Amino acid sequence: MGIAESILLTIATAATPLLIAALGELVVERSGVLNLGVEGMMVMGAVCGFAGAALTGSAWLGVVAGILAGAVFSLLFAFLTLSIATNQVATGLSLTILGLGLSGMIGESFVGSAGLRLPSLHLPGLSDIPLVGKLLFGQDPIFYMSIALTAGVIWFLFRTRTGLTLRSIGDNHSSAHALGIPVIRYRYLAVMFGGACAGLAGAHLSLVYTPQWVENMTAGRGWIALALVVFASWRPLRVLAGAYLFGAVTIGQLHAQALGLGIPSQLLSSLPYLATVVVLVLISRNRRLTMMNTPASLGRAFVPDR
Amino acid sequence: MSATDGPGAGILLEVRGLTKIFGSLKACDHVDLTVRAGEIHSLLGENGAGKSTLVKMLFGSLEPSEGEIRWNGAPVRIASPSAARKLGIGMVFQHFSLFDALTAAENIALSLDDETPIATIAAKAQALSHSYGLPLDPYALVGDLSVGERQRIEIIRCLLQTPRLIILDEPTSVLTPQEADKLFETLDRLRSEGKSILYISHRLEEVKRMCDSATVLRHGKVVGHCDPRQETAASLARLMVGNEVQSVVRDPVEGGAAAEPLLEVRSLSRRPATPFSIPLRNIDLTVRAGQIVGIAGVAGNGQGEFFEAVSGEVTQPEAATVRIRGNDAGRLNISGRRLLGAAFVPEERLGHGAAPRMRLSENLLLSRYATDAKAFVGGLGIVRTGAVDAAAQRIIAEMDVRKSARDPEAAALSGGNLQKFIIGRELDRKPSVLVVNQPTWGVDAGAAARIRQALIALARSGSAVLIISQDLDELFEVSDFIAVMHDGALSAPMPIAHATFEKIGLLMGGAEPGHAAPETEPA
Repeated sequence: MGIAESILLTIATAATPLLIAALGELVVERSGVLNLGVEGMMVMGAVCGFAGAALTGSAWLGVVAGILAGAVFSLLFAFLTLSIATNQVATGLSLTILGLGLSGMIGESFVGSAGLRLPSLHLPGLSDIPLVGKLLFGQDPIFYMSIALTAGVIWFLFRTRTGLTLRSIGDNHSSAHALGIPVIRYRYLAVMFGGACAGLAGAHLSLVYTPQWVENMTAGRGWIALALVVFASWRPLRVLAGAYLFGAVTIGQLHAQALGLGIPSQLLSSLPYLATVVVLVLISRNRRLTMMNTPASLGRAFVPDR
Repeated sequence: MSATDGPGAGILLEVRGLTKIFGSLKACDHVDLTVRAGEIHSLLGENGAGKSTLVKMLFGSLEPSEGEIRWNGAPVRIASPSAARKLGIGMVFQHFSLFDALTAAENIALSLDDETPIATIAAKAQALSHSYGLPLDPYALVGDLSVGERQRIEIIRCLLQTPRLIILDEPTSVLTPQEADKLFETLDRLRSEGKSILYISHRLEEVKRMCDSATVLRHGKVVGHCDPRQETAASLARLMVGNEVQSVVRDPVEGGAAAEPLLEVRSLSRRPATPFSIPLRNIDLTVRAGQIVGIAGVAGNGQGEFFEAVSGEVTQPEAATVRIRGNDAGRLNISGRRLLGAAFVPEERLGHGAAPRMRLSENLLLSRYATDAKAFVGGLGIVRTGAVDAAAQRIIAEMDVRKSARDPEAAALSGGNLQKFIIGRELDRKPSVLVVNQPTWGVDAGAAARIRQALIALARSGSAVLIISQDLDELFEVSDFIAVMHDGALSAPMPIAHATFEKIGLLMGGAEPGHAAPETEPA
């Protein structure tokens, strides 16, 4: 395996959890809900994914456990913000804090134990093609899920009636309610989808990226995912681009540090954040397009009168 | 009772004893209503009389507390808007239920309960809109459309479901007189097709002109049924309000062109702040001492942007663009302009004109802490609560603000009473320049008359008053000059003696003064 191929592979591995979590949050925000608890849901997915795999002996069951953990954890947020209309920002922040604490408690007995790794795809012949073989046909299953998810979210949001309805709720929940659209039900489902995605992203961390459990192992990736959604102006393909850019600069700066270019390592470590923000700000300069894609009722509580 | 024979013949909708209770308020109290097939039935009443609550129950958006709805003779329960649509009830909302970021066709698709492809919906909508003479581009983004065009989308959306009863909630409140005429033509045609229309309005002339029968509501109760064609506007008003409405008296203005200009706007231009807002185009305006200048215009033609620029919520790069009492004020913020003697009343009462969850006295302090620092704020920045409270009570008494507690939260007041307080708060300062946006929007007739009279009194005492309003009747009642705002540009002020509804209406629709009306509607 050549150095270029291995770099590309590590980029994809770094980008995948960001992409999945951000796509989930994108759907949530398109429905008009701002869930700042991505980091918390992600870390819950990571610990439950690891625990599920360790207890059942199956990495796949671990993935399922991670997805379920994220979705169930997001239900707490959905109940608080949607059913009893608490402040979304405060509730989302608490969800993150709760998730970080709870995951530490759940994962205490797993610290230091060897984990299971979700096996990568291997197609004899195809996976052995030089340079692109491993990249296209030899990665972990969650990578393929993330690509399918991107296509699925685009199709759902912009090609289906349900997706149109979801976007309309994000644009103006009062109008949607007046038309008889069940605003709260849609938002519950959207939030749970976001939770499931964050859980899957977390499971990727503890079952593929670094197959072990370390407290706070999400290391701020949930926040990056949140930022990606905004800077990508709520468009799935831009989220994909942003996630890969972030992954690429992360890996690139690691190699740069290894080469010893004499640039302070702190500066290099901050490069992925800087580069992603700058690029996404530049591509969202078209304000009209941005406004059209910004969910106008984002973060506003909705209480239907009945 | 069947719909085809007996005394119930031709009755489409019958409502018996319909009641809706919100907490301790009976918004609708045992309301009876009968709508026949093929008639335009008017629902008349002041703001807060319960009209909107009633139709929301008919459209399934609100659940009745008690009472019965019969459709075609059979009792029905309308649990949701989609159930109402299935029965054949369509609704055109007062504050449109549209989505700015979606296209017209997508907006229409959202209210259809099937999975018809967008392209099919667009084609159908276009065909239908042309057959009614209401041209519509199905792929236009709603955020880019004028209010009249938005209403067309709502009407087309409603007609696509082939309803038998169409509910229109104050449809003309946002239209130019010409657009309203177009709407009336459409309604006439729908009636001739055998559809029933429930028409909500508080504009008596159009009710007299359009409607076959009327039900009048006051404080949630039905106070009368009548044939509006047999009534006069005055007798309808008496039914609605319960007593005679005092008419506003406007003395002739003194001084005229010689009076000192107190508010001057020079070549004010502004780029749109958001893709959905209007740019201002080279606006010039002078308001002299003793005058009231009214600015007419269909909502969304830049009035909000103009108000922000004049009030100092948005400052100008050139100081001389806005002059208050001869001082350059363009670069001053709102407090700076207030200190020059100006006062401002924005359009939205809650959240802009007043902080909803703060008491009236606190709201008073919020808008006047700078100008009345001596009276309200003592040494070390300590608030003199006693003085603020006394001033608040003075304003409450002066403007006859009705409230439930001595010093309630702003949100606890009804819209009309809060507006009286907000206007009173500014008048109490005796400002030499007052700029008001929509002074009586959603305010009942009695309170509106009081507010208008107070504005006239302020002007006659030597102040300059600028009123931005969508209500042409109001502007004709109080203004000495009327200018029209269209697409961010302001026409030259026209003396009230020369102004007619027609002239102003044409300007509101975008015609140049002195030119014929543009051909906007192909046959």
